[in-house]
Amino acid sequence: MNMSDPSNTRSPSPSHAHIVGWGADLDPAMRPAYPKERTPPRLPHAVEPPEQQHSHVELLHSTERPGITPIFGTTLPPSGLSGRLRRMAFRHSENDLRHWLVLLLADRVQMGEGLIDDLSRGHVPNLYAEMGGRAELRHNPMGAARKAAIGIGAVALLAMVLKRRGRSRRLRG
Amino acid sequence: MLAMNYRGPYRVRAVHKPEPEIEHPGDAVVRVTRSCICGSDLHLYHGLVPDTRIGTTFGHEFTGVVESVGSAVEHLKPGDHVLVPFNIFCGSCYFCQKELYGNCHSTNPEATAVGGIFGYSHTAGGYDGGQAEYVRVPMADVGPTVIPPDMDLDDAVLLTDALPTGYQAAEMGGIREGDTVVIFGAGPVGIFAAKSAWLLGAGRVIVVDHVDYRLEFVRSYAQCEVIDFKQVGDMAIHIKKMTDGLGADVCIDCVGCEAAGNFAQTLLGVKLKLQGGAATVLHWCINSVRKGGTVSIVGVYGPTFNAVPIGNAVNKGLTLRMNQASVKRHLPRLIEHIQAGRIEPRRVITHRIDLRDVADAYHIFSSKLDNCIKTVLVPPGMVHETTTAGASH
Repeated sequence: MNMSDPSNTRSPSPSHAHIVGWGADLDPAMRPAYPKERTPPRLPHAVEPPEQQHSHVELLHSTERPGITPIFGTTLPPSGLSGRLRRMAFRHSENDLRHWLVLLLADRVQMGEGLIDDLSRGHVPNLYAEMGGRAELRHNPMGAARKAAIGIGAVALLAMVLKRRGRSRRLRG
Repeated sequence: MLAMNYRGPYRVRAVHKPEPEIEHPGDAVVRVTRSCICGSDLHLYHGLVPDTRIGTTFGHEFTGVVESVGSAVEHLKPGDHVLVPFNIFCGSCYFCQKELYGNCHSTNPEATAVGGIFGYSHTAGGYDGGQAEYVRVPMADVGPTVIPPDMDLDDAVLLTDALPTGYQAAEMGGIREGDTVVIFGAGPVGIFAAKSAWLLGAGRVIVVDHVDYRLEFVRSYAQCEVIDFKQVGDMAIHIKKMTDGLGADVCIDCVGCEAAGNFAQTLLGVKLKLQGGAATVLHWCINSVRKGGTVSIVGVYGPTFNAVPIGNAVNKGLTLRMNQASVKRHLPRLIEHIQAGRIEPRRVITHRIDLRDVADAYHIFSSKLDNCIKTVLVPPGMVHETTTAGASH
């Protein structure tokens, strides 16, 4: 069957006549994943097993494989406290919940490290811009106002609590 | 070069970072012409995917022009305008030999359950993604596909993930002529799954969501019925009432781990992260499909456990099928569908945003502001430009 032939589209029943392309792939043979697993693949350029990529950064690998894969990403090797946590996580297999939970913890720790890193380089992050504040103001002004009111309320409450605490300390002193 | 940069949950910014280099003889460096924000990027953006490191550049849906190639690359040359499947795959491992490119065993040292994916955390191989001006593309002779010269770039970029994933979702449902298909999620993948269900011969297509403008869009774009789940008491009862008490023939999960609709699931899976995301839609699928029916899952879930009603699936004799889409496998047929006018992917693109404004782009997409369906990021100065691959050389 010639798959590029537009006449492959089967005539739809009257109830589906308004749907362009209805039934074009009704025949399973027209479907790209038929059969479910197909060997050999229909890749245009069959390749040999890839050459091993050389690593110039620290890589962590799953304990469920003997070593690193022929190809890998080299961005952001583990570093700092979060890196130590990630190395710990990779002592456990993907089958072990500790692997994933420690990685999630490392992600949260690294968020703090990122802030410290920014500040240490003299860059104060613009949290408003990074969280899309401008888009919120433009497309959801009521929501932005609500968030601003909640923020101001929270700051006011905190200030009030701190003031009261300070007053009670002065009275005790 | 300019690139998106992740700083923690709900925080991203555009930064200048070094351009990528050839690191393996099979690599190419590609200058990006389009990159999308995908619904699955939001799981990263919200901090739900383990080992998403600060400083990562996201972006697994992109097109671009080849700038340079490694010494082993024979069939791709500088100047070629390519669409790059989101899977990074070798083409020769045990799984690639079976056309399971989403399961390649040669490109992700950090996990065995998933292959390499551009810009999708170290759990998916630690590669930077395409929400940047340049990107390293491994296995350049295998993954990228040269874009047909008459194809619109907005159509092409949707062939890198959203359309093939929607198509595979429908295909894994094993749809037979006249089947009733229920699709959960009216995002781009759900929209394309609905279109694909018709291509596969469905008799009835129903899409479930709770955002009015998304339901309106999918109703118009895919000529399907829609359900607002917030207007429905119990999803399984509702679907059964619509299907003579039997249930749907096929249910498709195009939502994944951040599903709304069940407070307990959201609290446990999304807020407290005590399971790999909210399994709300998995419950709806398993309980709404008919006995002997098929549940197809392309929504992304975390690698930890989920509370899923597997007992009901057993008792009902269901077929469960799921996977990351093996994009390369679907491309020839989907290109034919686009060229024949059976599907117009670019119509789902509602926002074209400068890469410099990536934080706003993420917020608009994540918060479903401004009737956003799909956002495309373009390099600085190209926001108003629409081109075909041939015209942009």
